[in-house]
Amino acid sequence: MTMTRKSGAAAMPKAGATRELRSIIDTVLRLAKSIGVAETEVHVDETISALTRFANNAIHQNVAEHTVNVSVRTQVDLRTARATTNRIDEDSLRAAIEASLSLAHSQPKNPHLLPLPGKQRCRGVYRFIRKTAALRPEDRARAVRRACDLAVKKGQTAAGIFSSAQTQSAMGNSRGLFTAYRDTHAVFSITMQEDSAASWAKENAADVADIDPQRLAERASEKAHRATDARELAPGRYTVILEPAAVLDLVGFLFYDFAATALQDKRSCLNERMGKHVFGKNISIVDDVFHPLQLGAPYDGEGMPRQRVLLVDRGVPKNLVYSRASAKAVKKKPTGHGFMLPNEYGEAPMNLVFSGGNASLDQMIASTERGLLVTRLWYIREVDPYEKIMTGMTRDGLFLVEKGRVTSAARNFRFNQSILEMLRNVEMLGPAVRATGEEAFEMVVPAMKIRDFHFSEVTKF
Amino acid sequence: MYDLASAALDTAKIRGASYADVRVMHLRQRDLTTKNGQVGTLAQSESIGIGIRVLASGAWGFASTDRMTREGVAACAAQAVSIAKASALAKRDDVVMAPEDAYVDSWQSPFRKDPFEIPLETQLALLLAADAEMRGVKGVTLTETDMQFRKIDSWFASSVGSRIHQRKMITGCGIVATSFQGDEIQKRSYPNSFGGQHALQGYELVESMDLLNHAPRIAEEAVALHAAAQCPQKTGTLILGGSQLGLQIHESVGHPVELDRVLGQEANFAGTSFLTLDQLNKLRYASDIVNVVADARPEHGQGLGTFAYDDEGVPAQCTDVIKAGQFRGYLSNRETAHLIGLQRSSGTMRTESWNRLPIIRMTNVSLLPGTWTFDDLVADTDDGILMETNRSWSIDDRRYQFQFSTEIGWEIKGGKRGRMLKNPSYSGITTEFWNSCDAICEREHWTLWGTPNCGKGQPMQTMGTGHGASPSRFRNVRIGTAFSEQ
Repeated sequence: MTMTRKSGAAAMPKAGATRELRSIIDTVLRLAKSIGVAETEVHVDETISALTRFANNAIHQNVAEHTVNVSVRTQVDLRTARATTNRIDEDSLRAAIEASLSLAHSQPKNPHLLPLPGKQRCRGVYRFIRKTAALRPEDRARAVRRACDLAVKKGQTAAGIFSSAQTQSAMGNSRGLFTAYRDTHAVFSITMQEDSAASWAKENAADVADIDPQRLAERASEKAHRATDARELAPGRYTVILEPAAVLDLVGFLFYDFAATALQDKRSCLNERMGKHVFGKNISIVDDVFHPLQLGAPYDGEGMPRQRVLLVDRGVPKNLVYSRASAKAVKKKPTGHGFMLPNEYGEAPMNLVFSGGNASLDQMIASTERGLLVTRLWYIREVDPYEKIMTGMTRDGLFLVEKGRVTSAARNFRFNQSILEMLRNVEMLGPAVRATGEEAFEMVVPAMKIRDFHFSEVTKF
Repeated sequence: MYDLASAALDTAKIRGASYADVRVMHLRQRDLTTKNGQVGTLAQSESIGIGIRVLASGAWGFASTDRMTREGVAACAAQAVSIAKASALAKRDDVVMAPEDAYVDSWQSPFRKDPFEIPLETQLALLLAADAEMRGVKGVTLTETDMQFRKIDSWFASSVGSRIHQRKMITGCGIVATSFQGDEIQKRSYPNSFGGQHALQGYELVESMDLLNHAPRIAEEAVALHAAAQCPQKTGTLILGGSQLGLQIHESVGHPVELDRVLGQEANFAGTSFLTLDQLNKLRYASDIVNVVADARPEHGQGLGTFAYDDEGVPAQCTDVIKAGQFRGYLSNRETAHLIGLQRSSGTMRTESWNRLPIIRMTNVSLLPGTWTFDDLVADTDDGILMETNRSWSIDDRRYQFQFSTEIGWEIKGGKRGRMLKNPSYSGITTEFWNSCDAICEREHWTLWGTPNCGKGQPMQTMGTGHGASPSRFRNVRIGTAFSEQ
């Protein structure tokens, strides 16, 4: 078994066609059947990615990878287990099947284990952009060079990444289910440093043409300059204006709580809170893989089609997401959010879209008597799982707003803030945009103006 | 494997590389978990491939592939050279590397019982029995257990002639009891949170942990925490248990001394460091009794940062990081060593897998033992709080200001351990905190803790690091800040 991987000179590897992934799946299913496996599920994932990394106004790391993984789950007599390999010759695939079987046989029966699903109808999405897939190291290097030249011109220091990737996945099982997906993905992220100050900008998109590295470099450069001479302010409760990346990285910690399994395990902050006014009336959230600003496969780890799910309706948590098992436990229908089995976490919403508003950042600033403008947050961790108190730091651009305008930079704060309380205190919302940060996966979220955000301590810069 | 590695090196040289090194790696992993008496994850994986790093036109390129044929690795090596030449379009200076000898060697981490040879039924039976012990405690609402085993073979070859094979066996295990009551979720873990204890050992690590006997205790503590008093908010004396201190070392000593951070190479992601180059040999990092080393040598212990050679072909070393409270050393590699006047790398380049570039990483960054028995330390403390087992951790991107919370605390009054405290937390500024250390327990209480989940780099890599620590006391610490209200 071989996949299309051109060996010519220094050419970038090319991904195999979907039919080649299907061929691997068919081979595994045939081999499994030949040794008497009752039920078999196969995932094949191929990734070709490259990342150019720069710091101190020069490229210092520049990498590329090509990986193929084949993951086999066998199911026999109410027992299941998974084995994964990156070798795609028949002997290796047979070994993976046998390893999976051996693991499966070693455990007690699970009376709740469901048979594999049969064929599913799954709406398609098109998120593969040839220009992104064709991006060359020279293209990335030239964009990085321009950003670094800007930093030098401004007396600043640039660091960041420019990456591109193409992925394709397929899954099938012995009951006839087959589904496939491919996409592309590009990211440009830049930190500009000036003296002891820094600021940051980042975007990602399926189409590299939607990203303007130089515009991001200019934005980070301008904010880094404004971030110099930061004042030390007293900790306390402040009105904050969180840019979309800051909103994303904080609320990203909330969404595993919308898993039905999390409620069944009593580890969700939504236990005893479903159907109640937990958030403000201006907060509505859906999970929607088909939203034009979203990426990701339209099916889940079990092969079930992803459904659009209304999670929060005007402040009230309305619905959860379900895998097949968690749905069956409460007599609901699966929503297509399950993880690959076996696992203990069940499911999670992965394509979150907030309902935004119309306020611009400038309007939020203009309406603020005294507050803080936050570029991004950093090292966010959960302090209290039920009240959903999170701690973390501001980073790369914290600015004091007084009487409707930004008056100075401020030293970074530590926050200890309940997300539940925060989403009750939202005063203004910007338009929802595809945001990217470092702590959470990408979502479609707005900038938010929030009252009484709790900063507990200040650091030295 | 060396044939393929040599083919890659040959191609890199022909294509114009002035230096190249290659890592062929074969990684095998087994994961077992249970939840509420049922098997959760039961999975095994293997991955084999080659990563090729080259220096061409004075700049770096790296490419990796799992196509393990001569044709496949030759194409990958050519791609790496092509990428290096593209890097040169935006270089500032040519890369200069500190010299290093060539080594031909083979090393295997010591272990007594190969966990991949222990019957799965035995492993699962132990986890399910521990799970049952926890579920037997009234008020426990969620029980979880886990084991993880990894066997990693790596073949390193470089264009200066090194050929090094290393085999590492890594084992981890842990158990967790969670209790939801009223408006509160409380949790206790053993032997540590977030996956338990991990070490460069075989199945003997699991057997030494005695999970079954600890299961009822942590379950009872998880339930009891609901009725415990809230940790007060004050400035006072803090005693940290060994595993929590291990994470404190990781965040507030280990990361700040990584030279790539100091030099700005992680500015966009993991952050930089307050330990600017002018601080070396000048900064009083900690009190006189504090000695911290970065020690990858096997004689330091079987930690997640133990090896014979790093992934740049440099032999394992012990570096003084803090000696008698003074800041003495960074973690460096061949590229950065000369920038701080060193003649040689400190041997800390490590990679997660064949498809990742080696980067500067902690090895075993350990606080050396002190002189106190734990009983004497408690008896000597008139008014303090003992905190054990991490629950959350956070530190700013220059590693000054931190906040940690733990699963459980104990009040210490008049030299005796008193009532249980819930939701303990503490915070501080790194150097102020370490300068307030006035007692460190002796070697009998010292454990080389494993942190298996350290994230760094772009693309992100997860690495295991080791942190030796024994319970220690700190004065004038801000306590209870995580739950403070203004």
